[in-house]
Amino acid sequence: MSIRFDSVTVAYDGNVVLDSLDLTVAPGEVMALLGPSGSGKTTALRAVAGFVRPASGRVLLGGRDVTDLPPHRRGIGMVVQQYALFPHLRVEDNVAFGLKARRTPRAEIRGRVAEALEMTGMAAYARRYPRELSGGQQQRVAIARALAVRPAVLLLDEPLSALDARLRSGMLAELARLHRELPDVSILYVTHDQMEALTLADRIAVMDKARLRACGTPRELYRAPTDAFTASFVGNANLLPVTVTASGAALGGAELTVDTAGAAAGARATLCVRPHLVGLGDGPNRLTGTVREIQWRGSTHRLHVEVAGHPVMADLPELRDPPAHGAEVALHFAPEDAVLLAAGVGGDDH
Amino acid sequence: MTTDLTPRTAPTTTPDVHAARPGARRGRRLRGAAPLLWAAPPVALLAVFFLYPLALVVRQSVQPDTGGVSLKPYADVFASPAFREALWTTVWLALASTAGCLVLGFLLALVIAFVPFPGARAVARFIDVFLSFPSFLITLALLFVYGRTGLANGLWTGATGAPDGPFAFLTTPWGVLLAEVTYFTPFVMRPLLAAFAQLDTAQLEAAGSLGARAPRIVRQVIWPEALPALAAGGSLVLVLCLNEFGIVLFTGAKGVTTLPMLVYGKAILESDYPGACVVAVVNVLISVGLYGLYRVVSRRAGA
Repeated sequence: MSIRFDSVTVAYDGNVVLDSLDLTVAPGEVMALLGPSGSGKTTALRAVAGFVRPASGRVLLGGRDVTDLPPHRRGIGMVVQQYALFPHLRVEDNVAFGLKARRTPRAEIRGRVAEALEMTGMAAYARRYPRELSGGQQQRVAIARALAVRPAVLLLDEPLSALDARLRSGMLAELARLHRELPDVSILYVTHDQMEALTLADRIAVMDKARLRACGTPRELYRAPTDAFTASFVGNANLLPVTVTASGAALGGAELTVDTAGAAAGARATLCVRPHLVGLGDGPNRLTGTVREIQWRGSTHRLHVEVAGHPVMADLPELRDPPAHGAEVALHFAPEDAVLLAAGVGGDDH
Repeated sequence: MTTDLTPRTAPTTTPDVHAARPGARRGRRLRGAAPLLWAAPPVALLAVFFLYPLALVVRQSVQPDTGGVSLKPYADVFASPAFREALWTTVWLALASTAGCLVLGFLLALVIAFVPFPGARAVARFIDVFLSFPSFLITLALLFVYGRTGLANGLWTGATGAPDGPFAFLTTPWGVLLAEVTYFTPFVMRPLLAAFAQLDTAQLEAAGSLGARAPRIVRQVIWPEALPALAAGGSLVLVLCLNEFGIVLFTGAKGVTTLPMLVYGKAILESDYPGACVVAVVNVLISVGLYGLYRVVSRRAGA
């Protein structure tokens, strides 16, 4: 079932927390709402769930306007960061809660609960109470509880944030598997973690300051970000202030060959280059600078180089003979690995 | 890990270790003397102002006016229909008031905690103030409205010309019940509101998104969380109702005699001190017993 935001604006006490959001999640699609805290991503999810009422605009599920429907009539599944299991109910009764609320025939409930617990690997814990489970197990139960009602739309609000790093990557794989098993379920996945968004989402909607900044496939947003905020929030990025020239761009005294995409010569712009696409030594688009910091990260070296007064990061395969602190080095990058962005669009806060 | 630790920790917890070092033991006893000194003033005050008078009441209750020591006052009081009736009135009024407070308190606390309306916080604060009101004030207020010459009857007689209004329930047990429920309901609401504030709103939202309507959410999510607070508030109100004197006196209900009223009547009006003391002892026993229950329940509730 599709989810559609039609100019949805939400305000608390005159404070706009979601500004005229237009976004459509296709049936069966995983859409990540990615952004820092306060970007409006959770508000957008709560508007779909029915816990916040838009000041204007409409929310549509499968083409049906649900803006005025109470949460219990929207037929969605929801999983939140803090699990929100019912502490006095056993795991199986937690999972059965939604089925009973929807007056599912008693005979059917048993099988559906077993199925949902099986799917999340929690079948062995059916008789336990939530307090007897670890955080990861509780989150699995919360997911089973949401899936048991067979929702056409699943809302996940930072579902992995309360888990530690190792558990998180395991659960991420589990969520990907669940989605392969339930290909018809549309998933709206709120997160501030770019790795979760890149791993799981079919498309990512990047949000900042109550607004939608960009929306596209992870690859599009990573390879060709449309603005500086998206570039820095989806993956790492070097954002260099340049002046557009006839053949490319100028940074300090260096003349760089990049696709100007029709930008007028003389205009100021931001050049985005991913750190892992920057090479050490001579090459096309050569930049020279001073090494300010060298971080050894096991399989890679990260160099912080000052080029014409601007910091440039380069992630290089582990160097046998790394340059010394303060050394003058040359960096280069391929013309097709750089993206020219319009200047001054939110890049200053990152 | 536990099997590894047990042999090492076990010896330090056994008393033998301290017995083997008498010096350490004496030091502990000397240190223990100072806290005992600090305990003396409160114990002395308690003894002079509470335990001694209480002991006098108990002693008086076994000393009939005819002299000597006997349980005759107990036999007399227990045999009297007035005492039995007062005991029954006290118990059923207290139980009914408690039940009324629990139902009303739960409903009102639900509205204040979960129904967003302007002024909800002010109402919650007013409940705190209400707890400090004297109980007779409520009865007095009810008298102004429903009393023989009160507002409601005044309107009725003014409108119909009848000599008496229809509202005469205030001098019946129902009047006492109404006053006690009105006055004691906030005592139930206070712990309930505290419990509701602890409730994770994400649970309510999860229930809602799973398709549960308000009644199911109240029954299956809120109610289990409210039970400890209800038990604590309920047992407190039960104890307070058993001992309530001001409300019963102020309604002026002649037919409603509770144990505290009976003590008052016997001691002040009939000068039957042994009889009054017997009733007082019974009242104390019931109260202390229920207070013990309240402590057990409230400790489990963490209140």
